[in-house]
Amino acid sequence: MDIRIIEESVFKTLMILSLTTVIGSLLVVIGVILWRGLPVLTLDMITKTAEGGYYLGTGGGILNAIVGSLYLAVGGTALAFIISVGIAFYLQNEYSGGTRLASMTRLSLDILWGTPSIVYGAFGFMVLMQLNMRASLLGGIIVLTLLEIPIMTRAMEEVIKTVPQELKEVSYSLGATRLETSIKVVAKQAFPGMITGVLIAFGRGIGDAASILFTAGYTDRIPGSLFDATASLPLAVFFQLGTPLPQVQQKAYASAVILLIIILIISITTRLIGKKYTKYIIR
Amino acid sequence: MNSRKLKDKISSRLMLSATVFACLLFFVMLLGLFGKASPILSVVPIDDLLFSKDWSPMAGKFGFYPFIVGTFWVTGLAVIIAVPISLLSSIYLSEYAGNRLRETVKPLIDLLAGIPSVVYGLWGVLVVVPFIKNTLAPILGAETIGGYSVLAGGIVLSIMVFPVIISITTEVLKTVSTDLREVSLSVGATQWQTIKYVVLRKSSPGIFAAIVLGFSRAFGETMAVLMVVGNVAKIPSSVFDPAYPMPALIANTYGEMMSLPFYDSVIMLAALFLLLVVLIFNVLARMVLVKMERSVV
Repeated sequence: MDIRIIEESVFKTLMILSLTTVIGSLLVVIGVILWRGLPVLTLDMITKTAEGGYYLGTGGGILNAIVGSLYLAVGGTALAFIISVGIAFYLQNEYSGGTRLASMTRLSLDILWGTPSIVYGAFGFMVLMQLNMRASLLGGIIVLTLLEIPIMTRAMEEVIKTVPQELKEVSYSLGATRLETSIKVVAKQAFPGMITGVLIAFGRGIGDAASILFTAGYTDRIPGSLFDATASLPLAVFFQLGTPLPQVQQKAYASAVILLIIILIISITTRLIGKKYTKYIIR
Repeated sequence: MNSRKLKDKISSRLMLSATVFACLLFFVMLLGLFGKASPILSVVPIDDLLFSKDWSPMAGKFGFYPFIVGTFWVTGLAVIIAVPISLLSSIYLSEYAGNRLRETVKPLIDLLAGIPSVVYGLWGVLVVVPFIKNTLAPILGAETIGGYSVLAGGIVLSIMVFPVIISITTEVLKTVSTDLREVSLSVGATQWQTIKYVVLRKSSPGIFAAIVLGFSRAFGETMAVLMVVGNVAKIPSSVFDPAYPMPALIANTYGEMMSLPFYDSVIMLAALFLLLVVLIFNVLARMVLVKMERSVV
């Protein structure tokens, strides 16, 4: 047989093996977490906060972490959304086309996108120290906002860029202002992509541990105000795994399952939204 | 001025301020960390901090060298594992796979990117660490402390780097024009030869950028690595030794930061170091990618 054909089939086999490894590792990660976590995921785990004896393996669940994580991620995503929409719209040509600010902002966002979350955490901690604040829900929300802004803005800007110029010009020719065009034409056209960006950022926010480690603290109670410390799912996984008792470690598995389920729901929702709304887009 | 114009003006100002905020955020972070790190820099020269092996905060000795080496070991290993697998997968996806496979695999790759790092860390503790301790180390006759090692960190990190390299590489391969491929095929090259001599050559800067971005993603990853790498402040001598990467140092010591003089300053310096390294990698990769995008059009 031709040596070239042999070479091709060797590499093709390697490629298929590689792809199988990649997809396989995804399935193995999800599988192992579900396999170890689902059996210990009782109703008590998700309906009760940590009670006395929790760290001895009895008493209560991780409702404090679930609620804490939702507070943090919803708060952070909402703030990041307000800021990101502004930036993404402003990066359109009508507003900032060709200015140095636009290219500097894009560069800054690119760098921020690649900045490790632990650096956000350290920076956030520093700011809290300067303001004489303790680790709190508010601190966590602010750090998550900063972390999510580059993710969300980039995703939004990508889709806003794809809105055809002609469509906008039709709107301008009817006398609409830039704001009206942005909201009624661009946002409508880019809606599925923008929602996808929000969801991706939400997923990053709810799963991130390194940034809120410094800034949100950890507590066994559900926070009553913005200035209380708050628990969170990723840190629940981390701290409970670090304890010596196997019963408590199992609670880490359960926490990881809940986190994973949230991420899976987000991922599936993103797909569905993409499918459902792309029908209404003018091409 | 009518109210519509006024709204347009006000909203434009608000958006401008959001944009300026994003633009300055990076510089504020950089300067803030630098400001906090400067007390230690004024006392101990920078090369002492970076190249001293002596880490004893109690005695006021802060040598980053073991942590820097630990970071590079773990990250390097992850990239060595991830690069061939990711590149081969990307080539298959973009050159051989049919549309249906591509459409099925893409959401899975996105999902891989979306799984939180603590979940990867937990998986590492449950699977990778025991595997190294009970199977791999005994077979190879290597010594390991409970399986928590550079290798465990590298394996877990490599999986986290897959989606970064794969998604960028498939994008880059897409930019190679079909004409080029067809020219090569028409002179009798096999598909693999076309990939090897035409597609890969044409897209090599982009692939390089993808690898650099993967490396930078791995470089700053904290929680997953922290959970499996052992955290011993010593320079590892084999992949079965534990290591103590820089991000893990920051995460582990924040609680004690205020207890010793200069400690907080040292930790902020570590964060600054991470930020600067990642900045260099990112700017480098972006420059290559932007240049490629321009040359295509």
